[in-house]
Amino acid sequence: MEHTLAPAQLPQLHLPRNPGMPLDLDWVARVQANTSAIERRAASLPARRSVKKAYQAAWLLKAATCIDLTTLSGDDTAGRVRRLCAKARQPVRADILGQLGMGPITTGAVCVYHDMIGTAVDALQGSGIPVAAVSTGFPAGLSPFALRVAEIEESAKAGAREIDIVISRRHVLTQNWQALYDEMRAFRAACGDAHVKAILATGELGSLRNVARASVICMMAGADFIKTSTGKESVNATLPVSLVMIRAIRDYFDATGHHIGYKPAGGISKAKDAITYLALIKEELGPRWLQPDLFRFGASSLLNDIERQLEHHVTGAYSASYRHPMG
Amino acid sequence: MTVKDIFESMDYGPAPESNVEALAWIKGHGGIAGPFINGAWGPLRDDFDSTNPATGKKLAGVTQTTADEVGSAVKAARKAQPAWAKDGERRARVLYAVARGLQKNSRLLAVMESMDNGKPIREARDIDVPLAIRHFYHHAGFAQLMKEELPDREPLGVCGQIIPWNFPLLMLAWKIAPALAMGNTVVLKPAEYTSLTAMIFAEICDQAGVPKGVVNIVTGDGRVGEMIVASDVDKIAFTGSTAVGRKIREATAGSGKALSLELGGKSPYIVFDDADLDSAVEGLVDAIWFNQGQVCCAGSRLLVQEGVADRFYTKLKARMEKLRIGDPLDKSIDVGAIVDPAQLKSITDMIAANTEGEMFQTTAPEGCFYPPTLITGLHTASPLMQEEIFGPVLVSTTFRTPAEAVQMANDTRYGLAATLWTENINLALGIAPKLVAGIVWINGTNMMDAAAGFGGVRESGFGREGGWEGLAGYTKPKTTPKPIQKIDCFTGSGGLSDPIDRTAKLYIGGKQARPDGGYSRIVYGPKGAALGEVPLANRKDLRNSVEAAHGAKSWSGTTGHLRAQILYYLAENLSVRATEFEARIKSMTGKSGAAEVQTALSTLFTYAAWADKYDGQVHGVPIRGVALAMKEPVGVIGALCPDDGPLSGLVATLASALAMGNRVVLAASEPYPLAATDFIQVLETSDIPAGVVNILTGSHAEIAPHMGSHMDIDAVWNFSSSPLQEIIEASSASNLKRTLTAAQPLGAKDMLAAASEVKNIWVPYGE
Repeated sequence: MEHTLAPAQLPQLHLPRNPGMPLDLDWVARVQANTSAIERRAASLPARRSVKKAYQAAWLLKAATCIDLTTLSGDDTAGRVRRLCAKARQPVRADILGQLGMGPITTGAVCVYHDMIGTAVDALQGSGIPVAAVSTGFPAGLSPFALRVAEIEESAKAGAREIDIVISRRHVLTQNWQALYDEMRAFRAACGDAHVKAILATGELGSLRNVARASVICMMAGADFIKTSTGKESVNATLPVSLVMIRAIRDYFDATGHHIGYKPAGGISKAKDAITYLALIKEELGPRWLQPDLFRFGASSLLNDIERQLEHHVTGAYSASYRHPMG
Repeated sequence: MTVKDIFESMDYGPAPESNVEALAWIKGHGGIAGPFINGAWGPLRDDFDSTNPATGKKLAGVTQTTADEVGSAVKAARKAQPAWAKDGERRARVLYAVARGLQKNSRLLAVMESMDNGKPIREARDIDVPLAIRHFYHHAGFAQLMKEELPDREPLGVCGQIIPWNFPLLMLAWKIAPALAMGNTVVLKPAEYTSLTAMIFAEICDQAGVPKGVVNIVTGDGRVGEMIVASDVDKIAFTGSTAVGRKIREATAGSGKALSLELGGKSPYIVFDDADLDSAVEGLVDAIWFNQGQVCCAGSRLLVQEGVADRFYTKLKARMEKLRIGDPLDKSIDVGAIVDPAQLKSITDMIAANTEGEMFQTTAPEGCFYPPTLITGLHTASPLMQEEIFGPVLVSTTFRTPAEAVQMANDTRYGLAATLWTENINLALGIAPKLVAGIVWINGTNMMDAAAGFGGVRESGFGREGGWEGLAGYTKPKTTPKPIQKIDCFTGSGGLSDPIDRTAKLYIGGKQARPDGGYSRIVYGPKGAALGEVPLANRKDLRNSVEAAHGAKSWSGTTGHLRAQILYYLAENLSVRATEFEARIKSMTGKSGAAEVQTALSTLFTYAAWADKYDGQVHGVPIRGVALAMKEPVGVIGALCPDDGPLSGLVATLASALAMGNRVVLAASEPYPLAATDFIQVLETSDIPAGVVNILTGSHAEIAPHMGSHMDIDAVWNFSSSPLQEIIEASSASNLKRTLTAAQPLGAKDMLAAASEVKNIWVPYGE
């Protein structure tokens, strides 16, 4: 497979992509997720791991580089998207980076609807920041199947290097695993060289066990990333859901040797939460997953809080939102 | 490391908790932990060092309290007790203030605990201290409710309490809160390694308005513990090793002191093949690497179903690699320091002596640390599968079926806690009652709360701490028992006049059996008439009875309804022969038997009534789930029946035990045994399965020591008029069986409590 972009610009290229595997229903059948135990682990983790001072600053910078800076609104315009892209190029004020002894950083990607891809690609020209597009009738995924596949193809053609698809929740809720697998397979194929993130819409799957099963099946069908939510469900990314999904990623890695990325999306808006997520990843998956090619935050307001905490770190005084340029 | 370096490495870095305040507290208190007696400190002497195991540095000096000082503490407690016992509402307010005081000093307590014990600050801060606080809040409530809810109970008096070093403040709270709530006063000795949080506690008591003498703390080593045990206290409450518990049982035998023991364990942790394996692995972190494995209820014996064992071990080892071990005051440390180099040596020696299985170990820093360790492939016979290690060492083997899992889990002298993981509710709730343990955790582990009783069976001790069931250990019935008067056998001469020999036999395993020893004696009436002949049972007859009782295990699985039916049937058949029994009692005792037969019938009706009504509880523990406090039979009970009331005493003993599903070996009234031997025929016609009731006749003094020491008897009830309490209690130390001594059977509820164990089954739920 030929990749058109330089490795430095797309960290995903460091690792071979997940080719998927045949649907293994035995695996799906043995998946378990004990909700209470998972919640206990999720609750104790933030108390078990904390990072302070320079470590905290470094971890927050890492978090910033893992953000898919996102705008997914009906009132998005080219101007709005260009402003977001500018923020993605320079997510943290240069003077703060300087005081931290860091060179320039960027966010992990910019995430938009299909119609904004062109604008974003232009605005990010030369930055190496990939454009991600939500697709397949996002957020509900209930438009005609052929159109959903076509939408992926259009978005890839328009320059999106990452496609965030939504699965058909009904396949999970009716336990139609073959249909879920086939759908994901088709989406993956339509993506071509673009990486595919499978959005499970975990808030609509009814149980953590269903989240685990959907995670495993999407990986079997070739997902490069699995992602919690569209941001439009009433419940989005949570630590328990994340724990279930990353444990599925770990099992898949143990079984196949392929690294699948993880993207919690929606509801993560505090720097402290971002650190908890990074610690969770480090504990359950290992440090290799703490790079933007394998971990992303789907978030829009998180960045501002990170900036404020970083400024606090360098000045010792608590910061204010307006001191950091809006995205 | 620069920010840029860390950005690449993503290391955690240090996250130290400050110990400045705690060190200042020690300094401000003269640098010595010493006795707090009658509301005053001291005299403080720097007799030995309390060190921080993580650094090896001295934290404070500790005073070795003298016998005289212990005596003053007990005296102060004795003096303060009556006034303290008077007003439950006042006690509630004081205990509430203590809880608030602990809360206001929570960080100081957590840091001190971490420094003194070596436990990670996270655990001290998030588990030990909050649970201790919760205990005082919860028991403030019990103090408030005592008058209303426990109208027939009163405090024991002065309680001597001896606690271990693994949870210094929490164990203090578990001991002091219920004692104080029920109107007792206390003399408590913290462990010699860890006296410091008890000092802060004493100060908080003072500020909270605990009256002088109500809480007394005496510091020092095991010798001070011995002084407390020997002192004029009404109860000893001990948490610690089984070996020391056994000594205390022996030392208090016959003294009349109440006793509760919370001892060691080798608790099974069972993983079935349908479990959420990742969560079960995470549970082990809380089970065996919590507090460096220095936890009496640690899930230290891992039993994994064969089909998932390899997968489970792989996941477990990966998880172990992620454990961070080191400076306990670092907020991101999972495993801290071992409490003392002596304990480290004990762990190290035990593991070094093991030659079996495969060992997987992570690394630990230099000093008083031991690395998290897993030893797989052990067999049940391996010493490490049997002995408590009390360190961060998990031992493991595999099983094939649920039945085998139960068998392996119960293959131990201990019985404190058990954990099981399965997603199948039928399996979970089917297995939990079969596990011999005081606590069962389903899909979780080491869940504890003030509202649920904690404590074990077998050699893990007896008594419960926490919950309604824990209050029994700090109260007694208000009725004053009359002193026991020895009743001697009547003497006479001459043989039996009946032309056809009617020598009574023993009743063992549903059959009338001749005594092993081949001796019998003639029973004489008050005027010297020969009434009949009874066998003299010996230790072998006792042994055979216990075997028979164990053979009748299925009785314990019957329904309360069935047991009630059988007790009613007994009453029916006894009633038919009422006049015969009246005559028999009259002939043996010289007193009318009519009232006694009526009492016996009424007693059977009472226990038949209770058989399906002595329910457990659902405790309101602060999780999404329930703690089911199930009442289970104690098992096989050996009882010396009352000498007085040859029929009614026998019936009360038998019926209360049977109602709860126990099997019994009864030694009939020694002077008046013929009512019991006559009763055998009633039993034989009443559908009682063979082995459930076994009746021996003969000398109580002959049988008592063997009953006390028999390892397969779970409890001994002593209602004999012979002075046997001491020998029974001393010999019971063999397997730490429960003992009950009273002049006569107690009221129904107290008998039912003695006939049952409370097992708390924690069931978190939610999909």
